[in-house]
Amino acid sequence: MNVIFYIAAIVAIVATLRVITGTNAVHALLYLIVSLLAVAVIFFVLGAPFLAAFEVITYAGAIMVLLVFTIMMLNLGQAAAKQEKSWLTAGVWIGPCILTVILLLEFIYIFSSADQYGSVLHPVSPRQVGETMFGPYVLGVELVAMLLMAAIVGAYHISGEKQKNYHRFFENQNEEI
Amino acid sequence: MSAVPLHMGLLLAGILFLLGLVGVLTRRNVLFMLMSIEIMVNAAGLAFVVGASRWMQADGQVMFLFILAMAAAEVSVGLALIVQMHRQHKSVDINVLERLRD
Amino acid sequence: MTVYHLIWLIPTLPLAAFLILAVFGGSRKVAALLGTVPVGLSALLVIWTAVTYLSVPPAGHGFSEVLWTWFTIGNFSPAIALYLDPLSLVFLFVITFVGFFILLYSTEFMAKEEGFSRFFAYMNLFVFSMLVLVLAKDMLLLYLGWEGVGLSSFLLIGFWYKDAQDAGQNAYAARKAFLVTRIGDTALILGLFLLLQDFGTLDIPHILQAAPGTWQPGSSRAVWATILLLGGAVGKSAQLPLQTWLPDAMAGPSPVSALIHAATMVTAGVYLLARTHVLFSLAPVVQLIVAIIGAATLVIAAFSALAQKDIKRVLAYSTMSQIGYMFLALGVGAWSAAVFHFMIHAFFKALLFLGAGAVILAMDHEHNMFKMGGLRKKMPLVFWTFLFGAGALAALPLVTAGFFSKDPILWFAMASVKGSFWLWLAAFVAALATSVYTFRMVFVTFFGRQQKEVHYRPGIRIRIPLVVLGVLSLIAGWIQMPASFGHFTPFSDFMETLLPPAVMAGVPAGLEGWLEIATAVIALLGVYLAWQFYVKTPVAVYRFKQTTVGARIYRFLAAGWGFDTLYRVLIVQPVVWLARVDKRDFTDRIYEGVGMLNLWLGRLFGRAQNGRLRGYAFGIVLGAVIVMTLILFL
Repeated sequence: MNVIFYIAAIVAIVATLRVITGTNAVHALLYLIVSLLAVAVIFFVLGAPFLAAFEVITYAGAIMVLLVFTIMMLNLGQAAAKQEKSWLTAGVWIGPCILTVILLLEFIYIFSSADQYGSVLHPVSPRQVGETMFGPYVLGVELVAMLLMAAIVGAYHISGEKQKNYHRFFENQNEEI
Repeated sequence: MSAVPLHMGLLLAGILFLLGLVGVLTRRNVLFMLMSIEIMVNAAGLAFVVGASRWMQADGQVMFLFILAMAAAEVSVGLALIVQMHRQHKSVDINVLERLRD
Repeated sequence: MTVYHLIWLIPTLPLAAFLILAVFGGSRKVAALLGTVPVGLSALLVIWTAVTYLSVPPAGHGFSEVLWTWFTIGNFSPAIALYLDPLSLVFLFVITFVGFFILLYSTEFMAKEEGFSRFFAYMNLFVFSMLVLVLAKDMLLLYLGWEGVGLSSFLLIGFWYKDAQDAGQNAYAARKAFLVTRIGDTALILGLFLLLQDFGTLDIPHILQAAPGTWQPGSSRAVWATILLLGGAVGKSAQLPLQTWLPDAMAGPSPVSALIHAATMVTAGVYLLARTHVLFSLAPVVQLIVAIIGAATLVIAAFSALAQKDIKRVLAYSTMSQIGYMFLALGVGAWSAAVFHFMIHAFFKALLFLGAGAVILAMDHEHNMFKMGGLRKKMPLVFWTFLFGAGALAALPLVTAGFFSKDPILWFAMASVKGSFWLWLAAFVAALATSVYTFRMVFVTFFGRQQKEVHYRPGIRIRIPLVVLGVLSLIAGWIQMPASFGHFTPFSDFMETLLPPAVMAGVPAGLEGWLEIATAVIALLGVYLAWQFYVKTPVAVYRFKQTTVGARIYRFLAAGWGFDTLYRVLIVQPVVWLARVDKRDFTDRIYEGVGMLNLWLGRLFGRAQNGRLRGYAFGIVLGAVIVMTLILFL
């Protein structure tokens, strides 16, 4: 089981690297999906099968698809890819990389003191998850529902087109003026 | 069937988080930034699940579900904003949005 | 209840006049009355007091009255106290008597001037301050009077500060006078501090009594205290090195020059040194310095007067020179001779200034002698009184009072233990120069061809003072005859109740007689030379001035031996440069710098607020890194 964990971990890391350094938006998205699937495998290994399924269905299946649709709608094209390349100079990477390396070292320092073990031997069943969710955390669930409602309404409103207050017959004249 | 060392899992979450962070700080394309943010959220969730597996309880997994829902909401609103930005500025460069300056 | 108990009225009457005139002003008539009558009353009081004093001298030859205690700090409590003794009596007489006549003269001289009541207010303030100075029993009160005369002098020199033509000049001269005398005043107050430290009090009789016991003769304490007192005297009396202010002070009206810069304020130094004579005898080095300063000043001033064109400047340098004589006398220990010369000098110098004022008024405020001429016929009274005064100044033998007052000084300069041949020689040569420049002034102004029409006849109020002072210039010397004329010396007998007589070195008998003859001869020689060069053949002087050497000598002398330039280069220019450099105020810049640093930092950090999202994100991450590091490792 360990081996699976490590393989999936490596896959996730490599895929994420390809996401953040890619120039083509669609390719980057596909790599992101791969990364998410690897993380789902890790969930299985850690004894959370319900979550693994959830990850695949919602995250990789819904959210990423949404992103794909938007990218295709924006229709950025080859020019955008070239522009991406020109934006990603070496100088841009230096600062964040330094900071990130420092943080990474600190993470290693912090995490190395933990020596417990997770286990796949005792998976947490969906029933357990459901009982916990609608038990102590039911308030959270209701709030999440309201959050989703707000998100829908907000997204609809924000992405609406501006109302024109003149007929499209007069569109050209307006532009001339 | 040996168990997974906890610190390895947390470390993985940390690495993924940092990769997402680098992506946010480096990319100029708004869509890539959004993707990087998603990576970061996912990594945070992974950390929760690792914790849940250590205690063999469901709380961490419930947290992950909440995080997931929040990520979904965030992505939809974010994409709506990106669409609006593209409509107004005809560009997805984040540096275009600099009206809140000194 | 003797008249002595009314002494406090003597300074108070002019003070009251000053206050009323300063607060209420008044019409010309009122101001004229208020300006002159109180001083006249004071003069009468002084005469009454003098008569009483001479007939029945008070016990201990001094009368003191404490009016009230000024303040008390620890052991030190100076009092407002008056002290009357021969020295102060002589000075009181001169100040009030001459002062009254000058004020009378001013009522006509200043009749057409604007600021009439202001003038009389200032003059009364001056008279009050000077009276306080000479009547003071406590040195702090003396210093009060000292400062008061300095202030009044400043106000009066710059009296015509609004004058369009020389507005800058008058105010400049007033400032210069004040600043230069200020240096002296500072020295004086430092000297007072030393005295206070050594004696615990500033009461004058007390100090003079305790001094021989407290100080070793020639000790450094005595030297320092007396040098500082000398510094103060030098400033007020316009002696070397603080003499540069007096010629420029002639920018004030002529009565001011007469009162302040001839008769009284400039003699404050003489009064101070005479008053503290005990201290100076305890520091022989300093006394020698006094004599040297006197001798040097009298030579420098006398030769500078030879080259002046402005009639008042001649008189200013002449005053400087004559006070040099007084300092010389003080320096060789001839205290009463110095005071006698002071009195006579007050009479004839005031007369000369008043006469010059009348001439200037007649010539429409023209000061240049060489533009006048032939006034002998047009203004006979002025001419004759001026001639009497000039004769006294030149010490024409026998007929004038000046002879009887200057001659003893020359005698003591040679014959006293503290005198020397060189001091005598300096005074002798300067006496020749004095005679020359005096009669140069007379001949150029009153003889020769008349260059300007005279439209002005002096009125009675100008004529009376001129006549009174003229008569005094002739006969006042007869109260002190030299030894060879028989021993009729009421003046020095009177003074020697207070001031010790000069100690004579061994000199051959009869030397005094020969010196008198020599002095008389050079006085007459001077008149002859002046006649020769300025009436008979003036073209000789003109040709001399055309030569390069002659022109340079002339310029040097006319500029007062270059002291003004010296001081300007040494002191004025560096100070002005410093002021200009500091104009932007160094210390302020430090505080300004703090503010500017903050502004700069603010601007620097403001650039971080550029509306770019990634920048903000970077900031967040950076902050997180720092905080985590701090938490983990600190």
